[in-house]
Amino acid sequence: MVDTVNTSIQTPSSDIILDVRNLKTYFGTGDKAVKAVDDISFKMMRGKTLCIVGESGSGKSVTARSILQIVDPPGKIMGGDVLYYGKDPKGQNLAQLHERSKEIRSIRGHEISMIFQEPMTSLSPIHTIGNQIMETILLHQNVDKAEARARAIELLRRVEIPNPGVAIDKYTFEYSGGMRQRAMIAMSLACNPKILIADEPTTALDVTTQAEILALIKELQTSYGMAVLFITHDMGVVAEIADEIGVMQNGKMLEFGSAEQIFYEAKNPYTLQLIDSVRKLETSARAARGSRATDKKLMEIRGVSKIYPARSTFMGKANPPFKALDNVSLDVFEGENLGIVGESGSGKTTLGNCVIRVLSCSGGEVLFRMADGRITDLAKAKTGELRQVHREIRMVFQDPFASLNPRMTIGQIVGEPLLVAGTHTGEALRKRTEELLETVGIPGAAMERYPHAFSGGQRQRIGIARALALNPRLIIADEATSALDVTLRSQVLDLLLDLQDKLSLSFILVSHDIGVIRYFCDRVAVMYKGQVVEHGPAMKICSAPDHPYTKALISAVPGTHPRDKRIVNRHRYDAEAQASGIKLGGN
Amino acid sequence: MLNYIFKRMLSAIPFMFMVSLTVFILIQLPPGDFVDSYAAAAASSGETISPEKMADLRHQFGLDRHILIQYFYWIGGIVTGNFGYSFEWQSPVKDLVGERIGLTLILSVAAMLFTWALALPIGVYSAVKRYSIGDYFFTFVGFIGLAVPNFLLALVMMFIASKYYNQDVTGLFSPEFQSADWSLARVYDLMHHLWIPMIIMGAASSAGLIRILRANLIDQLYMPYVVTARSKGLSEVKLLIKYPVRIALNPFVSSIGWILPNLVSGAVIISIVLNLPTVGPMLYQSLMSQDIYLSGTILLVVCLLTVVGTLLSDILLVILDPRIRLEQ
Repeated sequence: MVDTVNTSIQTPSSDIILDVRNLKTYFGTGDKAVKAVDDISFKMMRGKTLCIVGESGSGKSVTARSILQIVDPPGKIMGGDVLYYGKDPKGQNLAQLHERSKEIRSIRGHEISMIFQEPMTSLSPIHTIGNQIMETILLHQNVDKAEARARAIELLRRVEIPNPGVAIDKYTFEYSGGMRQRAMIAMSLACNPKILIADEPTTALDVTTQAEILALIKELQTSYGMAVLFITHDMGVVAEIADEIGVMQNGKMLEFGSAEQIFYEAKNPYTLQLIDSVRKLETSARAARGSRATDKKLMEIRGVSKIYPARSTFMGKANPPFKALDNVSLDVFEGENLGIVGESGSGKTTLGNCVIRVLSCSGGEVLFRMADGRITDLAKAKTGELRQVHREIRMVFQDPFASLNPRMTIGQIVGEPLLVAGTHTGEALRKRTEELLETVGIPGAAMERYPHAFSGGQRQRIGIARALALNPRLIIADEATSALDVTLRSQVLDLLLDLQDKLSLSFILVSHDIGVIRYFCDRVAVMYKGQVVEHGPAMKICSAPDHPYTKALISAVPGTHPRDKRIVNRHRYDAEAQASGIKLGGN
Repeated sequence: MLNYIFKRMLSAIPFMFMVSLTVFILIQLPPGDFVDSYAAAAASSGETISPEKMADLRHQFGLDRHILIQYFYWIGGIVTGNFGYSFEWQSPVKDLVGERIGLTLILSVAAMLFTWALALPIGVYSAVKRYSIGDYFFTFVGFIGLAVPNFLLALVMMFIASKYYNQDVTGLFSPEFQSADWSLARVYDLMHHLWIPMIIMGAASSAGLIRILRANLIDQLYMPYVVTARSKGLSEVKLLIKYPVRIALNPFVSSIGWILPNLVSGAVIISIVLNLPTVGPMLYQSLMSQDIYLSGTILLVVCLLTVVGTLLSDILLVILDPRIRLEQ
């Protein structure tokens, strides 16, 4: 166990806005208590950004919530001080206020406000955005409704929401993801707080939207003079915005220091591991290992479209037909790793699903060369043929928790494709299952256990073992590493690459994460609004893209060097402005 | 919105037509007809009815004709406002059913309001103070409410009311108002009698509704938007009412749709025990004696009420929940 680090940075005490000392927040009591926050201390400076970084379960969110005493039960602050230097120069101890007291409620949303990860679920679905912003204003300030509304409109304008006078009466679900987070920020700024706590505010957003939100928070921080406590798991985001960094693991603060110190002189091995696992994804494993791509075509995707027909809504408005895929053409070669990258709604997952015929195509051909040399058009194949093809093309899914049946043992899960295909039974089935599990680094003896006994990374390995069961030639991995912590991400990618060396496999990796694509893929296709806007060698696309959308996408990816400030200097892509000048299409 | 309501009403017409056909065939399915059960009743009191008399009666009532002809005779009458003639009561169905349907509606609405008034606060309390002594108490009482047959509860209530409060417990009116014209005094008398059946009918359905509300609210209580509201500095009570309770309220509104048919068909036994002048007992009696036009009409009206109730609850849901209103 590593000792907690004392935060004795030499600063005049009047610059301190929040001083957290020996905070302890436990879930449950007695011996069984889970020490989510275990004796941590840190200070926040006026007008500065403190990033607390850690993986899932490290206690970073609970730390943030403990400050405002909004930890969900059975979580409870068991000890420590949270000294807030707002009005009282001697400091007000927030940890000692009762969680329902008037005092703490006059701090929440007024002096210290908070924004959350999922703007969709963090805002009420049945109240208008304006209602929710005005609520905060009316709660803490002595103004009437008309004045509150005027202020709310002004706040929406401040966070760059177009047409705020109309937008104020809209509901959450009528906003896009980025707009929702902007509205959330507007709400948190309603009373000019001294501290803004941001709990993973960009994790659910696309990378270009993330860049916009980070830039907005930075800009507002300067003009409002707020201190920001930024909770995140993403070292890239930390590098972009942090003045100071605290690294948390298992409820302990392992290391605390300035951004420069942490990124360039980190002492703690875990911190180093975190930084390394991000920097590793800035390189290409394919360049290091050597590509196995051949020039033999495995699959030809020719002009594939997927159109969802027009629907009339409840109120009688007709929605126009939606082109999820618009004339997409791509080749996959044997032994190759093809990356499909794009933001949410770009059609990348639809493409993956159309290729394997989970979804039917509205047009086009998907020509697949089978092991015996026959060429099958998957877009038109009959059920019998599809069954053949589905032995050769398998999928690995995003969510390792939802994609494994909790009522089957992992042996049953991995063996199921073999059983369905009728290739193995009895002892042979057991042997093959054991072999498959060992291939992905899970001991064969564990096959009688159920999925809940395994961690996220192990479950994803089980999902991979299931995909390998029928000796496929092509694996479609749809965001296969997105749900994993960053230190596990490169491990799973390495596993896939190892498997590729042993078995003759090709991959289509669908991902929103440029780092993952760069590390894993030979070639990349960039998708935007259902079209492939650019495709080519991975290293070229990731370092010198041609298409303005790809440029914007690449430049919005956070770097790993605090001095770069990439996001401030990013490209911005405006489809409407570009549409007149540049024609979308493959090149 | 108006367009939607109009469409829903329009689609109810072919639906009601199919319901009427099904109902008519179903009530004809038991062997025999009204004349048989009339003869059986007569036989049990020592009289005999000759086969010729029976054939004569059948011809008189139109029961010797083909079932489809009988159906069209009935449905054709309904379209023109004539609901047929009750063999047993020897009077037009319309006169028999009219007031009873009104009283059934009044009783249903009263029981529904009582259900809500009981279920809402208890459900909220049980969810918020989950696993507290109070929650266990209400859960226990609720399960008893679900498990005890209604008629038993009715008997117990009757006993308590007449023994300790000296109250006239059966029927909805005192004898002197039984067939009087509507007046303020008669309304007051109705109010005086309404509360026992209201409590009995409401108790059972609130037990169910409390469980639904508790489960729904528990799901909502830990949603991120509740944490957001708390981080704004709202007090716990205001927060609870404005956000999670409001969202967990949908099942209350949905209950309008099924509470009407439930009260008519499910509460037959209570109505018989308490001698209530609602349509339930009359439906039961008419089915027993195969009084086809009377039972058919009652069933048809119950179906119509269900359709209207569902439409009403759908409209209310649309007004309450912008997600249904604006999302596709």
